[in-house]
Amino acid sequence: MIVVIPGPLHSYTQGRSRTECEAASLAGLLDVLDARYPGMRFRMVDEQERIRPHIRIYADGVPVTSLAARLDAPREVLIVAALSGG
Amino acid sequence: MPTTGATRSAQRVSLLVGTRKGAFLFHGGQGSREWRLDGPHFLGSMVNQVALDPRDGETLLLAAKAGHLGPTVYRSRWNERGWAEAGRPPAFAKAAEGGSGRSVAHVFCFAPGHASEPGVWYAGTSPVGLFRSEDGGAAWSGVAGFNDVLYPKIADKVMEVPEGSILHSILVDPRDASHLYIALSTGGVFESADRGASWRALNRGVEAYFLPEPDAEFGHDPHALALHPQLPDRLYQQNHCGIYRLDRPADIWQRIGRSMPAEVGDIGFALALHPRDPDTLWVFPMDGTDVWPRTSPGGRPAVYCSTDGGASWRRQDRGLPPEHAWFSVKRQALCADACDPVGVYFGTAGGEIWMSPDAGDNWAPIVRYLPPILSVAAVTAAP
Repeated sequence: MIVVIPGPLHSYTQGRSRTECEAASLAGLLDVLDARYPGMRFRMVDEQERIRPHIRIYADGVPVTSLAARLDAPREVLIVAALSGG
Repeated sequence: MPTTGATRSAQRVSLLVGTRKGAFLFHGGQGSREWRLDGPHFLGSMVNQVALDPRDGETLLLAAKAGHLGPTVYRSRWNERGWAEAGRPPAFAKAAEGGSGRSVAHVFCFAPGHASEPGVWYAGTSPVGLFRSEDGGAAWSGVAGFNDVLYPKIADKVMEVPEGSILHSILVDPRDASHLYIALSTGGVFESADRGASWRALNRGVEAYFLPEPDAEFGHDPHALALHPQLPDRLYQQNHCGIYRLDRPADIWQRIGRSMPAEVGDIGFALALHPRDPDTLWVFPMDGTDVWPRTSPGGRPAVYCSTDGGASWRRQDRGLPPEHAWFSVKRQALCADACDPVGVYFGTAGGEIWMSPDAGDNWAPIVRYLPPILSVAAVTAAP
C-alpha cells in the first residue's frame, strides 16, 4: 500500500510525502512507519494507544479509527493532520 | 547585601525564548546593546520552554507541541545547529486493560538535576505529571511517587487552568539531590525528601478562596515557585492568591504581598530572583479583580521589586508605557541575568521583550513582533 504522509510529519520523512508499506492492521502499519521513521508514531498516537485528536487516517477513503482495525490490502492509506486551531 | 557579579559590560547574555509559535534565541553583544536572532526554531509549534544545562553549559532542551501532533522534547548543544528528538519523550504509564490512562498534552517545564548528578533532568507536564531523565533528556521515565502515588490522592483538587492542569515548577535543593519541591496549578506545593518517592503538602498559610475548606492541605494555586540558590531554605511563590515567602524549616507561608500597594494588589503569574541576593525579587502584577483581566492594573505596566525579602516593594516603571498598555506576562516569562547590575527581562503575550539593564530601574523594549511569549530565560556567559 501507498501511505500518504501529511506535512507536519515530513520532518521525520526527510520531506517525503509518500512511502510504500505492507501491514495487516493499523497498529502494524504504525509500527512499520515508526521503525522507518523513529519517533513518528508517538506524534500520532498517545501513550494510551489513542489516535491523537487532530490525526485522521483513511484506507481507500474509509476512516480507520482503531489501532486494531484490519487493513485489507488497501491501495492507499491517507494520514491527515486535521484542523487544529489558530 | 548581594555579592558582586561580573560587570555587565564584561559578560554576554543570551535569551532563550519560548513562544506560542516557536522558539527564538537572542544573543547579546557585550553590554547587551545589540541582540542577534537565532531562529525561529520549530516555527508553528508551541514551545513552552527552552533550557540550558547550567552544569555543562552545553546541553539544550526544548519542549514542543505542534497543533496536530503529540508533544515531544528536542535536544541540542550550545552553538550547534540542529535538534535531535528525544528517543522516549515524557509519557504516562499505559493504563491497565479497561482503564482510561492519562496522556501528556504538553511538556511545560524542565529543571536540571543536582550538580552531583550530571545528565539528570526533571520535566513537568500538562496534565500534571513529573518525569525524570538520566541521560541528558533523551529518555524520560515517570516519577512513580508523583504520577502513580500522589496524583491519584489529590486528583479531585487538581483543576484545569486554560492550558490544562500543569506541574510548572520543579526545584532541586542545591545541598541535597534527594530534596525536591514541586508546584502544581492547581494542586499546590509539595516537598519530597527521597527524590520524589514520597511527598508531603507544603501549603499552610496560603490562601485559596476557591476551595471550600479554609485550611485545605492541598488544592492551592501557586503560579510560580522559586528557591534561592545561595540560601536554599528561602522559598518564594507567586500564587493565585498573593505573593508568599517561606523560610524553612518553618512550614507556614507568609503573605509578603500584603505590603504591595492596595490599588495594584499582589496577583500575578511570574517572579524572578536576584542571582546573588536572597532578599531581592521582582514580580509583575496583573489585574486580579472583577473577572480577572490578567493585564497590567489600570493599563499601566510596572515591575515591582523588593530588596528586603518582601517587607516592602518599589514600583519600577521608568521607560514602560505610562498608560493604555495591557500587558500580560506568563509565569515563565520574567527572569534575571547574572550580571552586575542585574539585568531583568520580561516577555509579553503581545510578543514583546522588555529589558532593564539596571535591576529594574530603567526599561526598554529589545524585541517586538514575536508570537505570544510563554517563557524567557537569561543565560549569562563569560565572553
